[in-house]
Amino acid sequence: MSEMILITEQPLNPEEFTSRVRQDSNGAVVTFLGTTRDSFEGKRVIHLEYEAYEEMAYRKLEEICQELRAEFGVEDVAIAHRIGPVDIGQISLVVAVASPHRKEAFFACHEAVNRLKHIVPIWKKEVFEGGEHWVSCEDHEFHGHAGHAVSEPQPAPADND
Amino acid sequence: MEISVRFFALYRERAGCRETTVSVSSNATVADLLVAVRERFPHLAPPEVKIVVAVNEEYAEPELALNPRDDICLIPPVSGGLFTPGGQDRL
Repeated sequence: MSEMILITEQPLNPEEFTSRVRQDSNGAVVTFLGTTRDSFEGKRVIHLEYEAYEEMAYRKLEEICQELRAEFGVEDVAIAHRIGPVDIGQISLVVAVASPHRKEAFFACHEAVNRLKHIVPIWKKEVFEGGEHWVSCEDHEFHGHAGHAVSEPQPAPADND
Repeated sequence: MEISVRFFALYRERAGCRETTVSVSSNATVADLLVAVRERFPHLAPPEVKIVVAVNEEYAEPELALNPRDDICLIPPVSGGLFTPGGQDRL
């Protein structure tokens, strides 16, 4: 069994993670690479920033590995997420899964990415020309009574920061 | 009791700080804490939005009673939308 979880500000090298899950007993390695896209709804994204609640993110990634083991019998998993500023076209996520046969590895890799996107507290901010936004926080936009968007509220004065 | 609360991402930016302390009653729950936090930071989220809270690195229900030593963080939506293993779409 080989399990590796990493959250880092350093660039990700996929080979480092696929080599961790390769075992003589495995006949398949499936790797997913999440890469930073250059557009958001027609706007040009300049760069991205990822932020993690690291202690909980590690715990949740560990939970996902346990689930893959229990549900699919997949024991060799490596998950790495980059945080901090990331340029366009870079790898922000690596999920590498190996198993004796390909079916389990494909399915477990897909599931790992889906679950990660739902429960792991890591956030992505897209910075584009003329603005920026936290991805998936659209429901947090403030709207005026007439249904017009109002300007972003100003941060409260710093407190214990 | 005094409760420390940490903010991340969108909430960190809107609060203007990474951490704050709020006063709540000694038998306060997650829901009570959120009332106090929203009072202090009214621009954290629109009133109709539910704010997700993690207590000691686990997603917490509104009824959970708090302890002053708990590690409490407010969790903005993550990219795929938050769900709980119990099947709720959003806490």
